[in-house]
Amino acid sequence: MSKPSKRIQEIDGATLLFCGDSGDGMQLTGSQFTATSALSGNDVRTFPDYPSEIRAPAGSLAGVSAFQVNFSATPIYTPGDSPDTLVAMNPAALKVYLPKLKPKGLLIVDRDAFTDLNLKKAGYRETPLEDEDLSKRYRLQAVPITTLTLDALQEADLDGRGKRRCKNFFALGLVYWLYDRTLEPTLRWIEEKFSKAPQVADANRKALKAGYAFGEAEGSFATRFIVNKAPSAPGTYRIVNGNEASALGFVTAARLAGKPLVYSSYPITPASNVLHELAKLKHLDVRTIQYEDEIAAMGSAVGASFGGAFSLTGTSGPGICLKSEAINLAIMLELPLVILNVQRGGPSTGLPTKTEQADLLQALYGRNGESPVPILAAAGPTDCFDVAIEAFRIAVRHMTPVFMLTDGYLANGAAPWRIPRFEDLEPIECTHPTDPEGFLPYARDNATLARPWVIPGTAGMEHRLGGLEKEDGAGNVSYDPENHQRMCRLRAEKIQRIADFIPEAHPDGPPEGDLLVLSWGGTFGAAYSACLRARSKGHAVAHLHLRHLNPFPKGLEKALSRYGKILIPELNFGHLALLIRARYLTDAVSFCKVKGRPFEISEVEQKIEEMLS
Amino acid sequence: MTDAAEARTLTRKDFASDQAVRWCPGCGNYAILAQVQQTLPKLGIPRENFVVISGIGCSSRFPYYMNTFGIHSIHGRAPTLATGLKGARSDLQVWVVTGDGDGLAIGGNHFLHALRRNVDINILLFNNRIYGLTKGQYSPTSELGKRTKSSPQGSIENPVNPIGVAIGAEASFIARTVDMFQHHMSDVLLRAAEHRGAALVEIEQNCVIFNNGAWRHLTDPDAKLENVLYLEHGKPMRFGKKRQKGIRLKGLHPEVVDVAEVGEEGLLVHDEKAEEPTLAYFLSRMGPPDFPTPVGVFRCIDKPVHDQLLLEQVHEAEARKSPDMNALYRLGQTWEVSEEAT
Repeated sequence: MSKPSKRIQEIDGATLLFCGDSGDGMQLTGSQFTATSALSGNDVRTFPDYPSEIRAPAGSLAGVSAFQVNFSATPIYTPGDSPDTLVAMNPAALKVYLPKLKPKGLLIVDRDAFTDLNLKKAGYRETPLEDEDLSKRYRLQAVPITTLTLDALQEADLDGRGKRRCKNFFALGLVYWLYDRTLEPTLRWIEEKFSKAPQVADANRKALKAGYAFGEAEGSFATRFIVNKAPSAPGTYRIVNGNEASALGFVTAARLAGKPLVYSSYPITPASNVLHELAKLKHLDVRTIQYEDEIAAMGSAVGASFGGAFSLTGTSGPGICLKSEAINLAIMLELPLVILNVQRGGPSTGLPTKTEQADLLQALYGRNGESPVPILAAAGPTDCFDVAIEAFRIAVRHMTPVFMLTDGYLANGAAPWRIPRFEDLEPIECTHPTDPEGFLPYARDNATLARPWVIPGTAGMEHRLGGLEKEDGAGNVSYDPENHQRMCRLRAEKIQRIADFIPEAHPDGPPEGDLLVLSWGGTFGAAYSACLRARSKGHAVAHLHLRHLNPFPKGLEKALSRYGKILIPELNFGHLALLIRARYLTDAVSFCKVKGRPFEISEVEQKIEEMLS
Repeated sequence: MTDAAEARTLTRKDFASDQAVRWCPGCGNYAILAQVQQTLPKLGIPRENFVVISGIGCSSRFPYYMNTFGIHSIHGRAPTLATGLKGARSDLQVWVVTGDGDGLAIGGNHFLHALRRNVDINILLFNNRIYGLTKGQYSPTSELGKRTKSSPQGSIENPVNPIGVAIGAEASFIARTVDMFQHHMSDVLLRAAEHRGAALVEIEQNCVIFNNGAWRHLTDPDAKLENVLYLEHGKPMRFGKKRQKGIRLKGLHPEVVDVAEVGEEGLLVHDEKAEEPTLAYFLSRMGPPDFPTPVGVFRCIDKPVHDQLLLEQVHEAEARKSPDMNALYRLGQTWEVSEEAT
């Protein structure tokens, strides 16, 4: 068979978006493309975007599910802004995601899905594929994906519906051809995944190969692209998403201390995966308990910590609302535990599957009384691992509940993770005093002000804790006014002293200049990338990313003073900005977005330009 | 832990803390505290292995007065702390102290689920049918029409039956006693402590300030014997000053009969081990004015225990899979980046 000659073009990287109906397997398709790209040495970042309905009506706008992947021969920090290539499996998906496609971007659609019924469901009066404007603005490839899949599967031992379900593999095969990817990892995955359904495995393999062959044979696909390996530190890598990394980090922390991990939780999007991941790890003495509600899960976390376990609870913002009272109990009892909040759009039920960073002030102030608690936030999917370990390290060293904030974007987004060796990680020290001589439940460590973690079963050290105010030292109930003020101060000072144990603030980029971009949490990638671009254009712009939101690291005030302007991009209405302005009397500019989606690099970049002009 | 050789016999004093007890003079809680302090030493468990956890309310001050480990937690949540603690430390002997408001109003959900899970804890529910600490509002067990500060024209809410709720939650151990019944309470507490799984003990308790005499029909020396049915496993249900009355089943309803007339063989025989909770439910519905109030163990059956099952799953997984963290990190597809490549 003679092959049409194809042009091969080397590119730095590309952003690809798969979208289709919830039942079209777009999350799977995207994950496979991601894994294959990572295995071939690209840097990758992903952004799954799916509806909160489990099965929204087929073909509807509400039922569109998408997966964006950015893959590159240079280091990248976000899933990319606008896609270079869009694969739309039906009219509804096209309608929702076409506005995101880059001008002149490659648009691949399943022509067969553009039926009258599907067009109507998507709100199209007539098919957009005939619209000349569409072909002018984008490089349209209307491929009869369903027909070609069925053709390839004529011999397959599946019914029509089963065959049609393979069309995502056809699309994946085509895109593999387009970006010169090997089919091997996906073929292996199909083999394992469908080992019990060989006919399904066979059909998916055939569809994948047919898609690849179609690209090879079809004259209208004239160019394919090569994205080379990205430079990365030597080591063994795998792909993890944020929730997986968090779960790995938590169990690692417990093992570093030789402790059981008790995970008390109630299912909630987008945190449930942490429960699923940890429930699989019983062989590492992980004990998961699914409670009747968020309140019970938090109460349980306090009980497990009192017993001497590494105690964890995880939820999203609405769950934190319910947990607040028992979090305050943990603060009063000064017991170590970690509260994971995988933030989502709020208020109330809000946007369960979409991302936001609007729970920072809730974590800091959302309880009655003077109620100080340390807060850490992860910057990216793999950073969740490190932050989870550090959260426990702080909890047990300073005898306090610790908030760890991630968000839906980090939780579901994936990145290559350089796998550590367990033996190389620093053990977590925690001690339970056993000498009753002079024991006081609220005696304090000189450096940290932490009280002793004495656990039940220790003879002669029986003591009572409670939510009522404590007498300094003895821990008995006390209503003395002077004592109450002293205890409030002590609890606050204990948290502030954590700053003595964490790295000082060091901006990335010029040590002084015109602008400092200050960010926290999942905005890291966009902020960091935007600063790189600004510097490449010659601007004196630095970036400072905060892992510790309470207490702030030392050196922050000094760092802020060295730049003409401060820009704080946040997926909220200015939580960090409010804190920075209040604490340091700094005229920081807040840049806000609450659309359920992360920042794009270009958005931050434009804001930087605007502030410098 | 205390070395067995050093272990000495504990007494009531060992379980009393140095804190001044601050309940109202005449409060039924004093009698309960005394019985608990009296009973725990009999269990032969080192003192440091006891944990007493309470919520909020008059009864919930209890842990401060016990020289054991303890937590005075937040309103209604004591069973959740206890479940988490047992999840971490199934070796501990955990007692939950709650009240009719704490356990059945704000904490009703957790009460239900702790019993359903059959966590190995003992729940003492002090039932005084009133809110004491907030100074006299009606509670979930206050009777319809009860006049209180928050129901000056009489409560328009139907009361809940704690034992009926426990049966609905499939509790494996359910008992009732009365604050004034010293020996009876001690026996019931021992039975609860020995039971593996969640044990509920409803203790009818007198609030001398806001609901004085709520249980007078059970505690008044003259009326008591006519109004109390002592449940004994395998024994016919008889009561009265001369045990002259009995409980018989008529169709689907119990009735009070004269034993001399019907003979003992016609009476209902108590069976606390019955798998089906039908009999226990009958008993839970009995009370004034037509019936005596049953006290003692309503139900005591064997059921899998939550914290034990949790540990078993851990041990089973540990036996099956190596605890290799590096293997965990390398799950799924991995790839190598070598020095030369960078």
